[in-house]
Parts: sequence; C-alpha cells; structure tokens
Amino acid sequence: MSPFPAPTSPPTRSALALTDVEVERIRNDFPVLAQRVNGHPLTYLDSGATSQNPISVMEAEQEYYEQRNAAVHRGAHTLAVIATESFELAREKVAAFVGALTDEIVWTSNATEAINLIAYSFSNASLWLGGPAARRFRLGAGDEIVVTEGEHHANLIPWQQLALRTGATLRFIPILDDGSLDLAAASVIVNAKTRVLAFTHASNVTGVINPVEEIVALAKAVGALTVLDACQTVPHLPVNVTALGVDFAVFSGHKMLGPTGVGALFGRAELLAAMPPFLTGGSMITTVSMEAAEFLAPPQRFEAGTQRISQAIALAAAVDYLTETGMGRIAAWEAELGQRLVAGLAEIPGVRLLGPGAGVERLGLAAVDVAGVHAHDVGQYLDDAGIAVRVGHHCAQPLHKRLGVTASTRASAYLYTTTDEVDLFLATLAEVRPFFGVSELSVGGK
Amino acid sequence: MSDLQNLYQQIILDHSKARHGAAPQPLGSIDDIPIPNGTHLGQSHQVNTTCGDDVTLRVVVKVDPPTPEQLAISNSLPFEISGDDPRLPKLIAYVDQVQWSGDGCSISMASASVLHDLLTKLPVEDALELLGTFREVLRSRGKIEPDEEVLGDAAAFGGVSRYPARVKCAMLPWVAFEAALNEAERS
Repeated sequence: MSPFPAPTSPPTRSALALTDVEVERIRNDFPVLAQRVNGHPLTYLDSGATSQNPISVMEAEQEYYEQRNAAVHRGAHTLAVIATESFELAREKVAAFVGALTDEIVWTSNATEAINLIAYSFSNASLWLGGPAARRFRLGAGDEIVVTEGEHHANLIPWQQLALRTGATLRFIPILDDGSLDLAAASVIVNAKTRVLAFTHASNVTGVINPVEEIVALAKAVGALTVLDACQTVPHLPVNVTALGVDFAVFSGHKMLGPTGVGALFGRAELLAAMPPFLTGGSMITTVSMEAAEFLAPPQRFEAGTQRISQAIALAAAVDYLTETGMGRIAAWEAELGQRLVAGLAEIPGVRLLGPGAGVERLGLAAVDVAGVHAHDVGQYLDDAGIAVRVGHHCAQPLHKRLGVTASTRASAYLYTTTDEVDLFLATLAEVRPFFGVSELSVGGK
Repeated sequence: MSDLQNLYQQIILDHSKARHGAAPQPLGSIDDIPIPNGTHLGQSHQVNTTCGDDVTLRVVVKVDPPTPEQLAISNSLPFEISGDDPRLPKLIAYVDQVQWSGDGCSISMASASVLHDLLTKLPVEDALELLGTFREVLRSRGKIEPDEEVLGDAAAFGGVSRYPARVKCAMLPWVAFEAALNEAERS
C-alpha cells in the first residue's frame, strides 16, 4: 500500500444529496411529469407554486374513499371509528414531521386560512372573547404588529386587516438589495410595543432563508408572539418548529406533494389552549344551550364543521414519501439545483437575478428580470418549449417594488427536478432576448 | 410560422416597442382638466390581476358644432319635439384623442398602441363596433380568422386567441377604452 493517501478531487457534490439516478427513480412515482407539453417533454419548474403528487398520495386518498369514508369525531359505527383513527394518525405524522406535539397541529384549508385563523382569533380576543386567558392576545391602539417587506400577501394582508380592526399599527422590517432582511433595522423596529412578529422562513421570490433564531430572539426580548410562514421551507428543508422556538407556524399541503385543500397551523400548546376560536359551529363544542356554548380543547376547538379528512390522510402519505426519501437529502439536492440556477443565470446577458448571488444559501429556486422582455412574454416563450415557470409578482407586490421590478420569472425545483431540466431552462432563457429582438444596448434599461 | 411566431407576429413586437399614443409620463387624474364645450373626457385604469400589468387610458370625445345646414333644419322643426326625434339632424360624436400609459407584456402594450392608431378620429359608434369585432376574434379560441380589411394591425392579435391566458393581456387596453368612453359619455 502506498504510504500516501490517494489524491482526491474536491467534492463537487454534497455526499448527502440525492443522486441523478435516485431522482430519475423518484420521477417514476410522479405520472404527471411523464407527459409532453407543446410537443416537448414537460419541464415542471413551478413547484414553488404547487408541487406534483406521487402515486402513493393519490392512492391514499382513493383508498380512503373506497374503504374508510365516514364522518370523523362523531358516530360510533365501525367506519366512523376507522376514519377518525386514520384522520388523527395523519395529524400525528404531520406533527412529528415538523417537530410538534400532535395536538399542536390544527388542520386548515391552506396556509392562508391558518394565518387568518390566528389573526381572527386575536381579533376575537380583542373583543374580549376568550376571557382572561385570552388577554395576552388582545390588540389595540398603541400596539404594533410587525411583518417584513418580503412577505407573500398571505402573511401581509391578514395583519393589515387585523390592524384595521383593532387600531393596532402595522410596521415592517425592510429588505436589503440582496433580498435579505435588514436586521439592524429590525432590532429598532421590534420594540416594547410589538405584540406580534410575523415573517417568512424563506422567500418564495428571492429564495432567501431568513435567520429564524435571530428574529425570534428579537421578539422574545420584547415579549412579542412570533408567526412563521413556513410554506416554502417545510416542503424543502428539515424543519423543527419547536427547535426554532416560534409560537406559530403555517404550511400548505399542496406545496409538499400533498393534495390541495389542506394546510396546517402549528401553535404552541399553551397558546392554542388560551385562544378563542375563529370559525365556530359543529364539532368544536362540548355543551351548547340556546344562549351559549363551551368549546373543546385544541386542536378541535379550531376545526369547526366537517373536516378535510381525505386530504389530511393524503398529506400524511406525502409526509411518508418525503420522510422515506430524506428531508436532508432533498434539501441538499435542491441547494445544488439552486446554485446551478444562479451560476447559469450569471452567464446570460441581460438577465438579473433577484436575491442573493452565487455561493449564498438559497432555496432551489431563482426569480429573474429579463431586460427589455416582460415576465409574461418570457413565460410564454418557455411554455412553448414545455417549460412551466411562474411569471408575475408571485403574490409579493411590495417585495417586487422594493427590488425595482413589477414582475419576474421564477423557476422553482423540487426533489423530482433534474439537472438536465435546470440546464434546459437556462439554455431556453438565453434565447428569449434574441427572439424578442431586444438589443444588448437596452441592458439595464426598460 | 411556429405557434410562437404566430402569437408574437412582427407587427406586435414592433408596436410593443413603438407604443403609439403612450404618454411620456404616467397619466394622472383627469379631475382638474378643464373640458371645453363639445368635448368629453374619460379615463380608466385597468389591472390584469394575473400578472399585475396595468393600463391607464384616456379618451377625448368631441362633438363638432352643427353645420349651418343642420342648424337650419333644427330651427325649422317645432320647438316642442323631443331630443331623440328622428327628424333632428344627428351630431356625430367621435374619438378625438387616445392617450395611455402602462406597464405590461408585449401583447398588452402592442394592443394599446394598435388601439390608439385604429380608434383615433373614428366616430364613437364605429369605434365600439370595432371593439366588438376585436373582442369576438379574441374570444374565439382561434376559430374566427380576423379580417385585416376591418381590423388593420389589430388582426395580428388573431394568434393570441389560441392562448386563453393571454386574451386578457390583449383585451386590457380595449376594456380600459370602453370604460373611459362610458365615463366620457357621462361627463
């Protein structure tokens, strides 16, 4: 044996990440990806908007309707018992997936509804509903709600409305040119008047992953409640809401291989226990008279009416799929795709990347502004080549305004995205400006 | 011609850059603009909620004063007749000016430019008829072949009708024109 260690080339890929072979195998589980669009194989780069479903998720939903369909938490017949068990097992799985206790997960229709649930519960508390326990959620003149300039509209408008209803003031933490939060400003904006601090874990536009611990520390120092929009992270990164120390977190099923119509709210147990309900009606009460009602403990307190049973069960199947694949490996794969996008975009004249540049941690997505060509036209050109991307403001108008554009073109990857797809996107994007006859002179201009 | 070239015909690409009738500055409110006699002013701001594209379109409608012959006819009629009496000589209202500002894709910007060229100086009735024809073509999903004799440069948008997601882009300035005209008629 040689006394010298064998020379090793520097690793170009994380040993952790999925391999090309594994990704090809994963793709077989997603029938929708096998089709042709406009005469080309579909290149689906819009998972940031909604992800595709593996066969196991669709089968779980179908199996539920074929074998176990019944109303949950009511009725004593066998099917009702089995349906209830499946429904609650789904909650257990989703809770474990994000590091929460089972009863800390409330089903909602989507993340938007989850944020509205929090906001309306606080609103009700501000009307003195929920009694003394809910006093900590009361808002009024002089109180401040803080969001960031980089929020999806779903984590902005419910807080604007809550401020309007309660007389509280809405403030925001500004974004720097590279899409990161201005933490120096944040430490001033978050002050003793701050009662709620709502922020996104990662931007659906810039791909920036926010320093949750630092922001939570700011909130904790002033006794403010934290609300984390985890829509773009729970599907793509290992996330443990308890370890992150947030009070609330929300995420959506359809962005994490699950069906539409189901999302979840995480709330720390003691907070949920003290909050008044948002939607009221059947299934969330103990005793009811003609004058008043007493409410169940969480999570049922926040789940009025017949629930999205099949969707919750299918979402649990999605969580199984993600867990079996390995969230760490998915995250490493997507980090590579994100860097590949960033490196490739830098080579295309007249294309400006929104958000951090090469080497900086980001999600597996990239949004760009193409000089002289509107995002809608860029998207049309790509669609003609079978490439599905998102164009527009991606429900983040203030962020786009901050970055000096009205719309952008976003490619977003997932565990089934191949490096070839990223390369095809880059090569096709490079054809866009020549096609529209935009000269090099207009780089940097309108 | 590929589907994409059929959608982005050269006429459209040229108009999207030339932007005929585009105001040098974004159009502001019309509330403080003095309106001379026989002139009507309307403006509409339309947003495509899918992509955030927006167009503000301003229209000046003019009605020329009656000619001596028309005056003679109306003076010869009995004083008590109603305003819509068919014997009264008809004064023609026409689109005197179209001006617009906006931010959007090549389809919506080119459509505004073409609209400006096509509808300026047309009698209001004819402009509305043309709008109806344009709308019909755009909503036809490629089934109606646009008549270039009638629609001029706007016929180039025939290819857009095969892309339902883009019909709104092409219609945006025309919807703004219709709303602005309504406002002008009320003013």
